[in-house]
Amino acid sequence: MLALTDVCAGYGSFQALFGVSLEVKAGESVAVIGPNGAGKTTLLRAISKLIALTAGEVTMQGRSLKHVPAHEVIACGISQVPENRRLFARLTVEENLKMGAFLPAARKKFAERREFVYSLFPRMQERRAQLAGTLSGGEQQMCAIGRALMSGPKLLLLDEPSAGLAPVIVQSIMQMVKRICAEGYTVLIVEQNIRQVLKVVDRAYLLETGRIKSSGASAELLASDEIRKAYLGM
Amino acid sequence: MKYLLLALLAGTPFYGIGNYPLHLVIMCLLWGYVYTSWSIMGRLGLVSFGHGSFLGIGAYSVVMLWNHFGVSPWIGAVVGVVLSAVVAVIIGFPCFRFKIVGHYFALVTLALSEVTRLIIVALRDQTGGSLGATPNTALAQGNAWSFGALQFSDKIVWFYAILAVWLAGLWVWAKVDRGMTRLALEAISHEEEAAASIGINVTRSKLFVTLISAVMTSIGGALYAQYQLYINPETVSGISISLQMVFGVIAGGMYVMLGPTVGAVFTLLLAEGLRLALGDAFKQFPALDLAIYGLMLVLFIIHMPKGILGTAQEAWGRASRPH
Repeated sequence: MLALTDVCAGYGSFQALFGVSLEVKAGESVAVIGPNGAGKTTLLRAISKLIALTAGEVTMQGRSLKHVPAHEVIACGISQVPENRRLFARLTVEENLKMGAFLPAARKKFAERREFVYSLFPRMQERRAQLAGTLSGGEQQMCAIGRALMSGPKLLLLDEPSAGLAPVIVQSIMQMVKRICAEGYTVLIVEQNIRQVLKVVDRAYLLETGRIKSSGASAELLASDEIRKAYLGM
Repeated sequence: MKYLLLALLAGTPFYGIGNYPLHLVIMCLLWGYVYTSWSIMGRLGLVSFGHGSFLGIGAYSVVMLWNHFGVSPWIGAVVGVVLSAVVAVIIGFPCFRFKIVGHYFALVTLALSEVTRLIIVALRDQTGGSLGATPNTALAQGNAWSFGALQFSDKIVWFYAILAVWLAGLWVWAKVDRGMTRLALEAISHEEEAAASIGINVTRSKLFVTLISAVMTSIGGALYAQYQLYINPETVSGISISLQMVFGVIAGGMYVMLGPTVGAVFTLLLAEGLRLALGDAFKQFPALDLAIYGLMLVLFIIHMPKGILGTAQEAWGRASRPH
């Protein structure tokens, strides 16, 4: 579904990604794991066109995203849950969801998808009239995921959903990710909490200093010495 | 209630209040319209200190075309609208495309209003420079009015014309308020990148409200020129009038429909009050009103960020809610 070939990107003269290639097939859930500063967020920003590629190509369902501006990426079926949620703090939960269905095609299906999001996160229905900025961290993450689902994406990009959350909340967020995968969404998730994320995804890529170091099925990676020593402290 | 107040307002010329108070009411409506135009973009995070430019373009377009080429102000106003739109795009597009926001955007627009004033002054052979300009009169042979020249000696005609324009301005405000554009721009002013990622074309949305706001302000400038029959660079462009618009809207209340109008009433009463209270001292320190505006702006932003009407509505809502 999504394929990256030799993607290079950076900020000004600073290069953050050096020839990254990866692939996400339809129905799969894939994680990109790695330490701080590895370029994980940059990778997602490159996919959603928030920064320009300096080399390489991103294709979505065979279509190159080269000339697609940031605001049209969502129309290609890619929806992003940004790092630190980036909710519209002064809008209510329901208005945030409404904003997620901003495109005319999505607006028609607003009621139906809202019910789906509420069935996924009953807590959001309870809090629908509350300002998003006053939600707890875990609830904000639910709201952000809900907002991203409102456009009816084929591929969901999740940027560090565990950032800044208590360990017990992280576990429940990961369970939500698992449910979303089970609902048939294709998911690409970027995460530092390697142990937790490897429990819920099918495959993962290890990104270090802007390069893919290794990849494989989650169980394989969890068992590999490289990951166990460097990232899990075992 | 709403319509009752409107009917009351519409009857103003028949209360026998005299010419000067009627003039004040007309000015309140005219500036209320201009401030409403400003607030259409201002409330959505696009704080412009450059609206004096659009006001000046509107005013000078009608007067210059009429005086030098005999072109009807109706056409002059259209020319002013087109020029303002072009200037809005020239300034707005690069700003929005390259993400010049907040203070930086305010600084760019601040320069715009001052450049416009300087251009008007520099073209003194055509514009009359700092001395200003008066549209040639079309009312020579005892005519009380000329529709083609948009000149009416009767204030009642102006009252209804400007009342209609003011209502149209409020209608546009409400239309934008209820539309998807407001939500889009509110999203942009909160989180520009998140907005782009849910499919909002940030540049186009910002340009859209900027154009509406600029065009409306330009019409306000044209009306001002035709009503006052005198314009000068200080009163229709430059920093002071731009600052006055920002102040008026913030004082009145940026987020409620009638806020800018309340702000216009407030600034006008303030200016007239100062003129009466200070008398001659006012003439010796011509920038005194500006200094007072600046000081009050700071006080409003700190103590009453929702403005007079916004705060009053909030207090009213609290008082009427059962406990």
